[in-house]
Amino acid sequence: MIPWFAASSALLFILGLYMGFFVAPTDVQQSEAYRIMFIHVPVSILSMLIYLIMAGYAALGLIFNTRLSAMMANALAPTGALFAFLSLWTGALWGKPMWGAWWVWDARLTSELILLFLYLGFIALHASIDDPRRADRASALLAIIGSVNVPIIYFSVQWWNTLHQGATIKLTGTSMHVAMQQSLLVMFLACWLYVITMALLRVRSIILERERNNQWVMELTETLSPRGMKL
Amino acid sequence: MNQKSVEGPSLAGGLSLTGLFVLIIRRDLVLAMRRRADVLTTLIFFVIVVTLFPLGVGPELNMLRTMAPGTLWVAALLASMLSLGRLFSADYLDGTLEQMLLVPQSLSALVLGKMIAHWMASGLPLVLMAPVLGLQFDMPAEALWMLILTLLLGTPILSMIGAIGAALTLGLRGGGVLVSLLVLPLCIPVLVFGAGAVEAITSGMSAAAHLSLLGALLLLALVFTPWVTAMALRISME
Repeated sequence: MIPWFAASSALLFILGLYMGFFVAPTDVQQSEAYRIMFIHVPVSILSMLIYLIMAGYAALGLIFNTRLSAMMANALAPTGALFAFLSLWTGALWGKPMWGAWWVWDARLTSELILLFLYLGFIALHASIDDPRRADRASALLAIIGSVNVPIIYFSVQWWNTLHQGATIKLTGTSMHVAMQQSLLVMFLACWLYVITMALLRVRSIILERERNNQWVMELTETLSPRGMKL
Repeated sequence: MNQKSVEGPSLAGGLSLTGLFVLIIRRDLVLAMRRRADVLTTLIFFVIVVTLFPLGVGPELNMLRTMAPGTLWVAALLASMLSLGRLFSADYLDGTLEQMLLVPQSLSALVLGKMIAHWMASGLPLVLMAPVLGLQFDMPAEALWMLILTLLLGTPILSMIGAIGAALTLGLRGGGVLVSLLVLPLCIPVLVFGAGAVEAITSGMSAAAHLSLLGALLLLALVFTPWVTAMALRISME
């Protein structure tokens, strides 16, 4: 499955970037600089979505004691942190020509920064506990507590009157050009597939690492490496 | 140390919930009073951090007046982080905490008692000290009152959220830094509304909105954090 997700993600990235940079028309107010949006928007949405999924997996793991859910939560965290960082970075690149500043202390920017800290805290807590079971459960609890922040980011533009613009695409229709909308959608799908690819890759290594003393892992590694080396 | 080994086992006796609650608060306060240096260190840290700001940015009174609420609040936040390690670690190391998990009464009530005692030993001194430091920043009287009020509402929240972090990082290497990394992001709303209320008063506006939000946060924290902390303790102790 992983090669399929990876290949389709790469294809959609190429398609989406091509559409975003060459097909989509130039914006009246923001000229060419708006094109950073094609990375910024999917990455920002996903950084929030991944956190919710991660917290969901964490809750599943905590309630039903399923081991795989905790592993999935762990596998998602680094990608989520990366996306939160990319969202801030691309936002800064966009903010410099548009607002005249790399950073403003706006509610949405600040809460996205807190989201990045939450991801880092999750990873740090998990990394500093040696017993994997306790690490899973402790960081799961932290992820659930932190998920309070996600709705705050999402609604911050409506709750506080801020510099960051509100949502342009709504369920009721959009004020955006069709080509822009389509490339945005393609980029979103590409990022989504990238997340799935990375999470599956990472969860595979986590499973192999956790089960390294089991029969099937030993057999697998023996068939994979010619000299029968152990992991 | 004697105090604990005598009281530890007797906790499980036929106490009512409120009895246990009061007992825990009294015990933790007695322990804090036995080690007065710990309480004082937090307080002195608070004073020093606040004092560093005028030295760093220059003694211009107009600027100091505008940054006073934020500075005092940030310093209080950092100082309360400093004392979090002590909340459970001593009990964890000598095994009292394990006994506490075994008491027939609700663990959340016990944890709430510990939080309150921790706040009285570390948060309350900060609240009492803050107006004196505010005078150094030439804050007007009504702003000072507001500062006391917001700190009274806010520092218990910091102790309660901090307790979750302290419970999660129990007995870990590098626990102190890790607690700050986990807890500080969660404390940001308290800081924003606390400092915001004082700033609103200084600039002649009503602080009611900030105060209500702070009060709401306190109530939410009172309801949820003892429960979450108890859960975190159970995870850390199994």
